[in-house]
Amino acid sequence: MAMEVTQVLLNAQSIDGAVRKNAEDSLKQFQEQNLPVFLVSLSGELANEEKPVETRKLAGLVLKNALDAKEQHRKFELVQRWLSLDGNAKSQIKACLLKTLTSLVSDARSTASQVIAKVAGIELPHKQWPELIGSLLSNVHQLPAQAKQATLETLGYLCEEVSPDVIDQDQVNKILTAVVQGMSSSEGNTDVRLAATRALYNALGFAQANFSNDMERDYIMRVVCEATLSPEVRIRQAAFECLVSISSTYYEKLAPYIQDIFNITAKAVREDEEPVALQAIEFWSSICDEEIDILEEYGGDFTGDSDIPCFYFIKQALPALVPMLLETLLKQEEDQDQDEGAWNIAMAGGTCLGLVARTVGDDIVPLVVPFIEENISKQDWRQREGATYAFGSILEGPSPEKLIPLVNVALTFMLSALTKDPNSHVKDTTAWTLGRIFEFLHGSVVDSPIISQANCQQIITVLLQSMKDTPNVAEKACGALYFLAQGYEEMGPSSPLTPFFQEIVQSLLTVTHREDAGESRLRTAAYETLNEVVRCSTDETAPLVLQLVPVIMMELHNTLEGQKLSSDEREKQSELQGLLCGCLQVIIQKLGASEPTKYVFMQYADQIMGLFLRVFACRSATVHEEAMLAIGALAYATGADFAKYMPEFYRYLEMGLQNFEEYQVCAVTVGVVGDISRALEEKIVPYCDSIMTQLLKNLSSNQLHRSVKPPIFSCFGDIALAVGEYFEKYLMWAMSALQSAAELSTHIAGDDELVEYTNSLRNGILEAYSGIFQGFKNSPKTQLLIPYAPHILQFLDGIYMEKDMDDVVMKTAIGVLGDLADTLGSHAGSMIQQSVSSKDFLNECLSSEDLMIKESAEWAKLAISRAISV
Amino acid sequence: MAPHDIRRPFKRAAISDQQKRRELSLLRQAQNRRDAQQQARCLASSILSLQSSAPESQPEQSDIEIETVPESEQESEAFSKDLDVRQASKLRGPEVRKWFARQLMLPEWMIDVPDRLAQDWYVFARPAGKRCFVVSSNGTTVSRQRNGSILHHFPSALPAGAKIRDGSGSGQSYCILDCIFHELDQTYYVIDMVCWNGYSLYDCTAEFRFYWLNSKLEESGACNAPSHYHKFRFSAVPVYNCDQSGLYAAYTGVVPYAKDGLLFYNKHALYQTGNTPLALVWKDENCSQYVIDTDGKGEIPSQQQVVLELQDDRKLVTSDDPPVLFGCLDRDIIEKSGLHTGNLLRFAIGDGGLSFADGKLEKADLIYLGKSNRARAFADSYSKVLFQFMVRHSPLKIDDLLASINSANDQEKTPSDIEMVG
Repeated sequence: MAMEVTQVLLNAQSIDGAVRKNAEDSLKQFQEQNLPVFLVSLSGELANEEKPVETRKLAGLVLKNALDAKEQHRKFELVQRWLSLDGNAKSQIKACLLKTLTSLVSDARSTASQVIAKVAGIELPHKQWPELIGSLLSNVHQLPAQAKQATLETLGYLCEEVSPDVIDQDQVNKILTAVVQGMSSSEGNTDVRLAATRALYNALGFAQANFSNDMERDYIMRVVCEATLSPEVRIRQAAFECLVSISSTYYEKLAPYIQDIFNITAKAVREDEEPVALQAIEFWSSICDEEIDILEEYGGDFTGDSDIPCFYFIKQALPALVPMLLETLLKQEEDQDQDEGAWNIAMAGGTCLGLVARTVGDDIVPLVVPFIEENISKQDWRQREGATYAFGSILEGPSPEKLIPLVNVALTFMLSALTKDPNSHVKDTTAWTLGRIFEFLHGSVVDSPIISQANCQQIITVLLQSMKDTPNVAEKACGALYFLAQGYEEMGPSSPLTPFFQEIVQSLLTVTHREDAGESRLRTAAYETLNEVVRCSTDETAPLVLQLVPVIMMELHNTLEGQKLSSDEREKQSELQGLLCGCLQVIIQKLGASEPTKYVFMQYADQIMGLFLRVFACRSATVHEEAMLAIGALAYATGADFAKYMPEFYRYLEMGLQNFEEYQVCAVTVGVVGDISRALEEKIVPYCDSIMTQLLKNLSSNQLHRSVKPPIFSCFGDIALAVGEYFEKYLMWAMSALQSAAELSTHIAGDDELVEYTNSLRNGILEAYSGIFQGFKNSPKTQLLIPYAPHILQFLDGIYMEKDMDDVVMKTAIGVLGDLADTLGSHAGSMIQQSVSSKDFLNECLSSEDLMIKESAEWAKLAISRAISV
Repeated sequence: MAPHDIRRPFKRAAISDQQKRRELSLLRQAQNRRDAQQQARCLASSILSLQSSAPESQPEQSDIEIETVPESEQESEAFSKDLDVRQASKLRGPEVRKWFARQLMLPEWMIDVPDRLAQDWYVFARPAGKRCFVVSSNGTTVSRQRNGSILHHFPSALPAGAKIRDGSGSGQSYCILDCIFHELDQTYYVIDMVCWNGYSLYDCTAEFRFYWLNSKLEESGACNAPSHYHKFRFSAVPVYNCDQSGLYAAYTGVVPYAKDGLLFYNKHALYQTGNTPLALVWKDENCSQYVIDTDGKGEIPSQQQVVLELQDDRKLVTSDDPPVLFGCLDRDIIEKSGLHTGNLLRFAIGDGGLSFADGKLEKADLIYLGKSNRARAFADSYSKVLFQFMVRHSPLKIDDLLASINSANDQEKTPSDIEMVG
């Protein structure tokens, strides 16, 4: 029943556009007319040794695309389609795929491997294709080598596709045995050994039980370590990748091997080719990541029940590890700072050194200082740069007490190097290091300030001077200024930056106008620094911030002038508009926070809103996220007067809510709906029908990124609070959406990420309930809420019993209990008294250390006592 | 399977400014949402309960002579029911007096011992001084006596009680405390809490209000020594369960203030404005300097004096609701003295005293003295007259109170003894 697809597939790769288009249409048509035949034909093409390699590959690719897609909802559809496909056709396809693994053509084998893994990814979780792993493993022990290589590759892909709980331990054991045997030095064929090593990388997640068994673990580790010594560079690289993966997955099992691994990695870092050396350094970076996490958990809330103890591998390796990393710092490439994609051994080594400093703190300082002293003034720029980079790298981690004496000595040197060093690379790193000094050692957290009135002037002069340097140096200087400003945040009514404010702002604006500001993200850095300078400014400079408003408005106005832009120009225009809207957002938020400045600022409101609307109009299908964020800030500052912008603005608001592809935009727009609800209160009523309809539609869509759903629920609360009993119209729909989400979010089973998501979902649901209760309070329609109370109390009891809510949810949840009691009063008295929440949960919250929780709990207690006593 | 990308961020701040803007926006929105919620939670319910708890007329009972004479007795009919507390604190003249007269919870005098004293009641030593309402709002604090006159206008550490830069005293927040100002140590003793930081406690039980008072007052810093932003010290009074040891402690315990009797609060009672039998006052010579009422010169008259209201049909009644009848005034006196309905009249109780039948007042030997002080707004209450009468003839003693707790204890123990044996 198969059909001839060779010619169509050949045509689909034709250089003639018309032919290609025609062929693609035919393929689409086949697929729509008879999917099973189409897929069987493709698998037949792939398996047929007589067909040209390019059509076999393409047939496999089309087959693969019929099984999987990037978008979540499309993927789901394809999975369902495959599961309901005719069984006979599926058997034929699978047979063809397995047969292709023994092909002589390597591209055909490799394609088949990937397709098999996709099918396994769909079928194994449904307990289908149980014989797959068995038949693959029986292949492994067969010659020829190419079939063995293809099978190992298939196992590798399979482990990538399928989650470990789908495969039983017995089969895991067999897979691992086959893979590790394939990796061992006794395997003569390089391709087989490489395929096995890469397969192990994916299979490591399945090896929990095997890593708990000393003998099996010793065996796996020995084979991996041996593979790092293979004569074939790709095998060595793949073996180090395995070590990196082991370092995070099985950190707690590494103690017996760490000395050997150090020797292997040190040799690779010093002698091996760069791709291998980079992986060897990555091993230690990864160990640092683990230990930083563990130690952070220790330092935080010390409960003694941290899952994994710290083995202090980094501390033990320190005397040998640090010199090894310092050596790498001198292997810089020329011009690496101008190359966005650069990643070399010096960069990896410096990054690792920074992580080591964060892991061990003070201990690293005496090991690095001699290197800095020896190299910082050398003739060779590599030594000066390496020394500076080493200094910059260790500024996060060690205590201020340890670092400040060094910084006090180094600061003058750095400022002079930034102006005088002849090498751009050295200046780049020097400016970066100054930024790190200000980031970690300047500000209210540090007792003895490194910046005095005396050197403040000099620092600013040097940084402003450096902003005229090459784009990469200027960008770092902007970064340093960013942190300099940040350190003066909340320093009181008077900031040391005040005398320089005007000059700083002027210099930053000049940077944004540089011809080459598009390089090294210089323009972005300049605006970001301007934002931070504004955020951290004090009342003293408020008039100057006000003066900035028309300046930025004019800049934004200028971006709207261009006509007939190319797509490249359009992208640049949009990016610049983003930066300017971002800057206005920061300014609005700053000026809107105090009454006198808000009052003066409001004279610009109409014009600014006009500009934002024109920014929106630049695009046809999507809205500009930054403009949307800025409008949220404007709505907050404007209050009820914002109503006058609504007729024109509404369509963009709706467009933002409909933007599922760029879910960030959708999320930001949902937040702005909240801002507008609070600003307009009942004046939002005319827009409520369409907003609520759209929000409910969004909730029921499986195309919208899940992270947007919690804010949508919160937004229900904002609207209900704003419109009060008018919310009655939507009550049934909103409550039903809340109820089904509440049921889903009571029980969590899953990883940390899912727990975090579920908590954010709970918080959204609870904020919605709060808003609805408070919105209906004192209205004659309060009784409409009574039927929902039992479910809501049950939900509160449910999440309390689960014992996994975070502090934010706890605070919101206990507040909802209060709102329910407050609004329903005696109608809910006995219901409340019967709930667990009103006793154990409330008591737990009342004795919470968290003030916000305690405050909410006291409110709830009060509301309940009223509901019960009335 | 291609090698995996291991590039890490290099010379970059870990967070982009755009992400920071997003996060700050979210923070601002969350803060605004919290504020909106907070405002909804606080204000609406407080105003509502204030409105509903302001009945048309509430008699005022005077146990301390009021010295300040309001400038005008003129009653304003236009008392707005929609006033909120913050506006009320700005009222002037008779409106103020009327408003505040309605707001305080006034104890009856204890003329017999309530049941379940040990289980259902609190007791504390009442500070001697000026009973007043303290209202903090909009960065200032005002204390007003029961006749509405301002006692002090000052900054305090109460929420919204002073203008301080941190902005924590949001415009919506305010407090209302029921206090006694004690001259000697210049301290406001807080005997009850009516609103705290915008939350209304009117509808809460005394048990809850006292718990709240104790935890919140301390937290706010209002109990700290006076300073620039906090002119007077506030203090809670020690409140005891009215069991034997609690009553004894309240009666004999050393407190930093001069005592003026004991106050008894029913634990389950809400803050009820006006006279209530769920709060009681009792005193004897050991715990008060003012057991027997004094006259205008501060001397104890030889005969007990009472103030009664003259009604249409010449009846003389107390301020209670319903009023208690004490007798009728002779027509000649009314005509001779030019008295009108509603006048408050002063009488002495003659040697005939008060006589009772079935626990009710049957007859009172009243001797007309004249009109009462113009500052008086209400007649005496029945319980006050009776308490004063008992003080002069057969006072209710502390031993009686202790004994009633003991006998209650005995009664409680009896059934459990039986159970033990059984």
